[in-house]
Parts: sequence; structure tokens; C-alpha cells
Amino acid sequence: MIRADLLQRSRLEGLQGSKSADRVPAFVPSDNRLMTRSRRLNAVGRNVLRKEGIEKVTGTVRYIDDLSFPGMLHARTIRSTIPAGEIVGIRLNFDTDGFTIVDHRDIPGRNVVALIEDDQPSLAARAVRHVAEPILLLAHPDRDVLRSADVEIEYRQTPPQYDAGTSPAIFKTIAIDKGDVEAGFRAADVIVDGDYRTGHQEQLYIETNGVIAVPDPAGADHGITVYGSMQCPYYVHRALKILLGLPDEKVRVVQTETGGGFGGKEEYPSMIAGHAALLAWKSGRPVKLVYDRVEDMLATTKRHPGVIRHRTGVTRDGRLTAMDIDVLLDGGAYATLSAVVLSRGVLHATGPYGCDHVRIRGRVTMTNTPPNGAFRGFGAPQTQFATEVHIDRIADRLGIDPVRIREVNALRPGDTTATGQRLGADTSALQVLREAVKRTGFKRRRRQLSRGLTPGSDPSRTRPLRGIGLSLIFHGSGFTGGGEVKLASRASLALTERGARILVASTEIGQGTRTMHAQIVAETLGIPYDAVEVNAADTGVVPDSGPTVASRTCMIVGRILQRCAEEMKARLGRMTPKQYLRAHGPLMITKEYERPAEMRWDDAMYRGDAYGTYGWACDVVELEIDRDTWEVKPVMFTSVHEIGRPIHPLLARGQIEGGSAQGLGYALLEEVVMRDGRMANAQLTNYIIPTTLDTPPMDIVMLGIPYPHGPFGAKGVGEMPIDGPAPAVVNALRHAGIDLREIPATPERVMRGEVSSFES
Amino acid sequence: MLNGRRTRLDVHPMKRLLDVLREECGLTGTKEGCGEGECGACTLLVDNRPVNSCLVPVAHVAGARVMTIEGLRGRHPLQRAFVEHGGAQCGICTPGMIMAAVAVGRKPALDQIRTGLAGNLCRCTGYEAIYRSVMRAR
Amino acid sequence: MIGSIANRTLLQPKSLADALKMLRDEGPLTPLAGCTDLYVALNFGTLKDVRFLNLWGLERLRPIGIRAGMLAIGALATYTDLIRSPVVRKRLPMLVAAAREVGGVQIQNRGTIGGNVVNASPAGDTLPVLAAADAVVVLQSAGGVRRIPFNAFYTGYRQTVRRSDEIVVALEIAPIRGRQYFRKVGTRAAQAISKVVMAGVAGTPPRIALGSVAPTVIRAAQTEAAIAGGASLEAAQRILADELSPIDDMRSTAEYRRRVAVNLLAQFVLGR
Repeated sequence: MIRADLLQRSRLEGLQGSKSADRVPAFVPSDNRLMTRSRRLNAVGRNVLRKEGIEKVTGTVRYIDDLSFPGMLHARTIRSTIPAGEIVGIRLNFDTDGFTIVDHRDIPGRNVVALIEDDQPSLAARAVRHVAEPILLLAHPDRDVLRSADVEIEYRQTPPQYDAGTSPAIFKTIAIDKGDVEAGFRAADVIVDGDYRTGHQEQLYIETNGVIAVPDPAGADHGITVYGSMQCPYYVHRALKILLGLPDEKVRVVQTETGGGFGGKEEYPSMIAGHAALLAWKSGRPVKLVYDRVEDMLATTKRHPGVIRHRTGVTRDGRLTAMDIDVLLDGGAYATLSAVVLSRGVLHATGPYGCDHVRIRGRVTMTNTPPNGAFRGFGAPQTQFATEVHIDRIADRLGIDPVRIREVNALRPGDTTATGQRLGADTSALQVLREAVKRTGFKRRRRQLSRGLTPGSDPSRTRPLRGIGLSLIFHGSGFTGGGEVKLASRASLALTERGARILVASTEIGQGTRTMHAQIVAETLGIPYDAVEVNAADTGVVPDSGPTVASRTCMIVGRILQRCAEEMKARLGRMTPKQYLRAHGPLMITKEYERPAEMRWDDAMYRGDAYGTYGWACDVVELEIDRDTWEVKPVMFTSVHEIGRPIHPLLARGQIEGGSAQGLGYALLEEVVMRDGRMANAQLTNYIIPTTLDTPPMDIVMLGIPYPHGPFGAKGVGEMPIDGPAPAVVNALRHAGIDLREIPATPERVMRGEVSSFES
Repeated sequence: MLNGRRTRLDVHPMKRLLDVLREECGLTGTKEGCGEGECGACTLLVDNRPVNSCLVPVAHVAGARVMTIEGLRGRHPLQRAFVEHGGAQCGICTPGMIMAAVAVGRKPALDQIRTGLAGNLCRCTGYEAIYRSVMRAR
Repeated sequence: MIGSIANRTLLQPKSLADALKMLRDEGPLTPLAGCTDLYVALNFGTLKDVRFLNLWGLERLRPIGIRAGMLAIGALATYTDLIRSPVVRKRLPMLVAAAREVGGVQIQNRGTIGGNVVNASPAGDTLPVLAAADAVVVLQSAGGVRRIPFNAFYTGYRQTVRRSDEIVVALEIAPIRGRQYFRKVGTRAAQAISKVVMAGVAGTPPRIALGSVAPTVIRAAQTEAAIAGGASLEAAQRILADELSPIDDMRSTAEYRRRVAVNLLAQFVLGR
């Protein structure tokens, strides 16, 4: 063992590890020992230091696997190995002494992972719908003993359904109609059809899913606390109440520092938290359940694969007269968030284009594969991939420029979307398009490269093929339609001696929630950024600010906080916080979401203002294709984003750069190989994400057109960056002579695309 | 030598260095991301060279100098630069990334940084902010 | 799920002689060195072996040098050692190219050439280089030393002629005349597992070896003969396509592997 005096000294230096971490400390803002503090008062628009930055670069911040509790057990999940069927028998081929074992009969409340449909059991009782479905839970104090426990499960198999298109089990359908699509086709000079396919994508946060459940020291029936890596503590809170049959106050959920989410920790933590809680409930001891990478990839949610069909009427000069779009998503075995993913998918299916006659039909169905769920972009990357590739193909067919067709049809202020939403002054499709085209010299570069592609220009075939392509996209900020009204999110601000403390359930998962919220509050109160603290996202303390999803944390929750701060400032008058606290005692201000007065949404008809507002972006990518290996290398990437006024430009840029890299992975590398309903390549060696050498230099531009209902004019930014890269890549491939309608554009597909385009 | 201090341990020789640090030494700054040597989250320095500690039996560092993120004591210029230039987002890859960057050396060219960090996966930043951080570390 | 280590033992020899004695008297033992393959198996819970022999500290097995005109590479030379070695750079640049494409820096600092050889993966990055270089595998046991041509070392998928009492102590490579070629195709730019890997020596006759296109690394003997006999590139490409037996797996397709291999042959022959 390590010498005690060494451990002692480490402790003095604040470098405690799991051994001494018997208690989870509430998040304490950095004391900035190493940094000079930013003393200026105007915080918004400045690149202040990230709240937990020091802890992250020194390795002192604690993620769930860094924590330990006295008497803690380690847990393991026994999962199905078949895609469809029934459990016939379970045999425990080990000495069960010292083990806590939980199956569906140990569930005190309802055996569901409560979300939208409540169709997914926490533990399979009899029916199995997918590979890696949880059946049995084991816990033991010794991880080595736990690992060696052998469980055998006997099944009766039934034929699995893998094809979403023919699946009779439909989770949700959505129809959007605008104008008269048949009349639109009659007005068209040309009709262009196209089918497009997108694959699964794994979120691949570098920290796997994990939680620790701690029963109340007075006995489990007194309540339970779950700590964990998650995006949405109140989702977990609700799921635990239903699973355990407990009232609100007996369940507490505390987010620990979270090593990435990307949607993958939106709904799944409700599952894993439930499992740890069941074991803690039964054993009366703290239980840690942290997945390893393979398990995380095999069992947790992924992006929905999609098949999107377009039939588009267009005039000779490129004006869209009719858009008929069919969207099919593969939901996997349970409903999870599929209905909402489909909703965002269809609401973005026209892309950022105006058309008077639109028909959209969306459907998400069940297959016997692990459930798909939330992933950055949430349906929009799939549908906008199809639209943006289709638009380029239409331009090709008409013999017009890809920029021109977008200029003709791009939504402008005052235009209406497919749901009839009249767009505001911050509608900036044309601005981002023109800026990106200008910045990259797109038209000139495209002509240059086209000359290089003419037959005979490179007889020795020594130069790689090159192509350049672009995409124009939009992304709604916040929940869809009436979602924000239904959520009725709340945020609180408490006065402290130094300034203020933020209490929200919005989580910091790398995107900068704490920092950006503190900037909004500091700016509004007119106090230094460092005088604003952020409380841990702990349901025992913070109000329900809604989930940390849907590009809503800044624009929606940030705006509620701004209103809290405005009221606090009014209450303070000319007093300092210290004076106020002495004179009036504690001050806590809580505000609820307020819908902008002009927003209307009809959920039955899918008409009205689908989102408060939209961000707009144009991506340009230039790439090289190795003629011998069909490997595609992006060599230049430019993205122009209009996201309102960025609160923290460096963090916003980080979102765009990171989302773009993830989008390039989606476009080129990342393929989930499903074999017999099981992810066959569930390892980082075989599911490949971009490394430093795969990511091109990025030129990022942010145009800021303030949105009147966002805090200081901000809109959402988290999701949009992942929408554009894939269609820009496939359009660039098409420019280079490779005709693909499917991602990822792996070398194997590019090879076939080259063959088919040369043959046609 | 662990972070400059002579350290004696009595553990199974095949125990992973990563687990020894996290479980026996209380040094949880070194993270596990994959257990297959792909992600680099568990990177630390053994005799000044970066290795994946999830693939190192503790027996292999007997007599060696092991340096983890804790050993930089918050004083390395890279640590400051990662905070200032957005090199750390969710932070889980950050300790390994910084240790790999330490091994890249002072004033590296972009190509050296890209090659030196090719064994460290980051899902948040797209690497751009990491390059900026490494290049501007003083 | 990570495998348990509680029931596993690691024998720690003080010297090569000590190690060979342990192999003879206390076997069966699985030798381990850089652990970049073995510990992945341990972490995935697929490692069956329970008794191991630690070779990592045997410094005598690490040097790279010239012995009797032959380039002699100690089995424990890491990829980093290969990249930095002036003699390897001079005599066998294709091995440096291969070593640079193994994993990231972290893997290059730990993975050893001996480990790559003994692990016997058909996708091993250095193996086509050793095959094309007509390397000799030096095996040693308590009973003595034997030298096996690298191209006779593998007997099938993950099967070698190594006896359980032997360890690979070195690789020997005679001087090579002719331009050397190496190309690994693995889709991702860094730390990829190869879909096709090819090494070649443009001498008379030419030597061509490929990985990931058959159960073991192979020499393309018929293709070599055809080129030596003056066949056209197109004819040689057809012969190579027939000579390979790639498969569809989760990483790629047989068709892709075959077509890429054929294109790499053109690169090699045309000196691109």
C-alpha cells in the first residue's frame, strides 16, 4: 500500500481521491489560485475563465467513478443475448453468498423506465425485445468476485424484426401539410426524386454512463440519493419515484461532473440510476454501477437510423413549388424519446427553404435492436442531410449553381415555414450562405476543381480527386411547439454576501452551462463574474429547470435567470448584497418560463410556431479522395453560424468546432455494424471516431443577430453544428464524381459510389 | 518514483497501473475511457514517455519514474493554457491530453501536436481549442 | 468486462537464462512484454491464460544493431525504438513507416516488435515488412537457439511454430537492395486497425507481402514471379487478386480489400 504520510500530504494539497471521498462535496467554484481574476464588470460577450476550469486541468474534479462511499458495493448488469423472445430460465452458476441479486420481482414500484410511453421495463420479466436488455442485477463488495460470477439464461427465441420499413409496430406518426402539394407539382417544370439513408451513431462521450445510489442512513425506506453522470436530474428523479414507489421528497438526484453527454445521458441515466437504486434498496448499502466501454456501446442509446424520401417540384429557374417528404426512423426496441426525435426531424425536413406546398409524413417504428434515443441534433441531422443532398441534386439536374438554388429558396424574415410559422428579423439563412461563399471563394474554387476533374486532366491519376461542397441548415432553439409551456421550467437565484448563487437543474456537461449562466447573472446584476456561484444540479436544492437538451440551456434557462437577476437588482436598489442580507435576511428569487406573447402552437394540427427561433449555418468542406483506397480526407472546413449574440464566444466556438468534428465523423467514419441485432463493433478500436489527424483545420465564423427573447440576444448553439457537415461532405463527394446518398461515406461505399456514377 | 516521491506499494504485480493509482494511491486524475489503448484518457508519463496506464501492469513501473496529472501540481503552463483557450470542455480527456502534450515538448509545430496527440480522443472540442492551448502555453 | 487478476500469477525472471529456465520447468507460461495486445484481452475479459512470464525488464532483448552483416532487432524493441533507430532508418525504412502507423505515441512507447510477431494477428502492422524483408525469427529455449525464416513462422490463423518453451529473442534481416514500399490502409488517419497493409521491395525478384487479406500475413509469390517474368501490371494485378483470400468482416469487405490491394500493387510497381 502507499505510505500513509504520502497520502496525508496529498490530502493537504487537495488531491484527495476515491479513498477519502466519503462525501460528495457540493460544487465549489474555483478559487482561481493559479489565475488572475477577471475584474471587469461586463461579463457577457467576454471569454471569462470556465467556472470549473482549474479543477478540470488539475485532475481534481470528481467524476462518478472517482467517488467512493463507505461500505459501497459494486454492481453488474446481466443482459439478454438474444434479440427477441422469452426468458425461460435463469441459473446462477456461482456461490451467491455475499451477493445482492435483484430481478424484476424486487421492484417496489412500477417496472418501467418512466419517460414518455412507459413501455420499457427496468428489468425484463419475461419478454426480451433486444440484445443487451437488462434482466438481472448483481452487487458485491469485491469487484473481482463480482466479475467472476457466471449466470446462464435460457430463452425461447422468436423471429426478430430488423427492418424499420416493414415493422408493423409504430411508435409515432406525424403529418405536416401546407398548401396543396399536388397543385405544387402541377406548377413544376421538373420533378426530382431521391432516397437518402443515414446510419446509427454512437454519442461516444469519453466518460461512460455511471451512477452511485446511496440509501438513507436511517434505512432505505427513508429515501435514496443517486449521484451520477447525467444531463437531466429531474428525468432521473421522476423515473426513480415511479420505479421505487416513493414520494418526491424521498428521492434526491445529484449530478456529478459529467464527461460528455451529447444526448447519450439524456434518458439513459434513468435506466442505470434505477438499477443502482434497486440494488441499494435491497442491500441497504451504497452501490456503484459504472459501465465499461463495451457495455456502454452495446447497451445504451444511439442516433436513430433514417430513410428519407424526397419528391420535389421545381421551376426551371430553381424555385421550389412542392416538397413531398417521407421520413422513416428506426426507433429500436422501445419508444424512449423516439416520438420527440421524429418531431424535430420532420420540423426540420424542408431545410431552411420556403415552399408554398409541403407534405411531410413521418413515422418511427420498432425493431429488435437496442433502443435509439437522444443524440445532439435529435432527428434534424438525418432529415437535413437528405434535404441538403437532394437540393444539390436538383441544382445539378437544372444545371444551376448550388449557391444559386439556395439563394432563390432560402427562408427570409417574414417567410413562413412548413408549419406556418412566420419568421422573425433574425432569420439569417442568406447572410450565413453569402458569408460562407465569400469567405471560401466557393464559386471560384468549385470551378477550379471542376477543371481538374475533367477527363484527361490528370492522365497518370497521381493526384487525389478533390471536391468542394456546402450545406445550408437551420436549427430550432428550445423545446418543440408547446413543449416549453408544458415544462414550465423554473430557475432560482439566491443572494449571497459576495453576490449571487445560481440554482438550476441545467447541467454542466462540457458545454459551459455554469460559466455562461454566471455571465448572464453577473452582467444583469452588474457584479463581477467571480461573485456569482453555481450550485450543484441537486434536486434536493435546485428547482426543475427542465432537461439539459434541445439547445435550450442558454436561450430558455438563461433567460429565466436573467429575469431573476433583474428582479434581484430591483430589490437590492442601492444596497450591496451584504447590506441587504443584514437588513432583510435571505433573498431567493424563483421565476418560471414565460412564453413570448406572440408564440402560438397547435399540437393536434402541427401548425404554428414550432420553435421560439432558429439558428442558421452554412458549412463548406473541401476534401480529397484517394484514388487507390477511396479514403476521404477533409482538407478544409468552414462554418458560418448565426446563433444570436454569443454569451461566451470561446465556448460557443468550442460547441461549433466540436459539433462539426462529430458531424464529420458521422459523415465519414462512424458506422455501427449491427449483426443479428447486436452491435458487432462495440469497441473504440472498431467504432472509429475522428482523431487529431482526421480533423481538418476549421475556420469558424459567428454572425450575431440578436434574438429579442434570448438573454442578451442569445439563441441556442449546442446542436446545430452537427447538422451541416454530413451533407456538405456528400455534396463535395458528388462534386468530385462520387454519387452517394448514404452516410457514413466509408471507403467501401465511396468505392461503390464511384462505380455506379461511372456506369450511369 | 510517483510524482517525484519515492513510493512503495504492495499490490498484485498484474494490477493495472491505472487501478493502482486510482484505488491504492488516491490519484483519480488519471481516467479510464476504453480499456483498449484507444482513447488515451489514462495517459501518464513513465520515465518521461507517455503510455496508456490501462495497459501497463504495475510490475512494469518498479523502479521507474511515474508522473500523473497530479504531479504537475497545477503549475504547468499547459494547465493554465487549457483553461484560457478552451482546451478543456467536459474535462474527462483533459488529464491524459495534457500529459501527452507535456511529452510533445516546448514550442511544438502544429504537425507535431497533431501527431503527438493522435492517441488521445476528445469528443467535445474537435481538437482545435486543444491545439490553440498547446501552442499558446508559455 | 475486465477480467479478474486475483487468480493469475506473474513470474518475474531476473535474466534471459532465468526466463528460459522458468519456461522449461514451470510452464506453460504466457510471455508478456508491452502488453498492448494482452492487456486489451484482459480488459475485455477474453484472456484465458492464468500464468505469465514477464519479459519487459530483460534489457538484453531490447538493443538494435548490426550482427555479422545482419540487422538484428531485439524482440523487446518498441515501435518508438524502431522509429528512432538510425540503423533501422537506413536499412529498413519501411519498418519505420510501419512503426509510425501503430497506434498513438502511447502504444508506440510500449508495443514491441516481438509482441507483434508472436501475437500473430493477420493485421499486425510490421508483419508484411518482415515478410517482404525475408526476416529470420530467432527463437531461444533453455535447450538452445533456432532460426526460422519469418515466412515459415506462421502455420495458420494465429498459429506459429513457436514451442511453448521458446521465446522470440530477435529478428534478423539481411541487407536489402531495392526501393522499399509500405502502405497501411485503415480509414482513420491515426491508430487504425488495417483493412489492407502492404510492404514491398522492388528488387530482382521483387518481394511483396500483405496483411489483413488472408488468415496470416502472406507473401504474394505468384505475383512476384509474374512481375519477375516481365508480366504487365494489369496481368500482375489479376494474379494478385486471385492470390488473396480476404473476407467480409466488421471492418471492411472482401471486395474492398481485394481492389485496394490491387491498386497498391500499382503504386508499388510504378513507384508512386
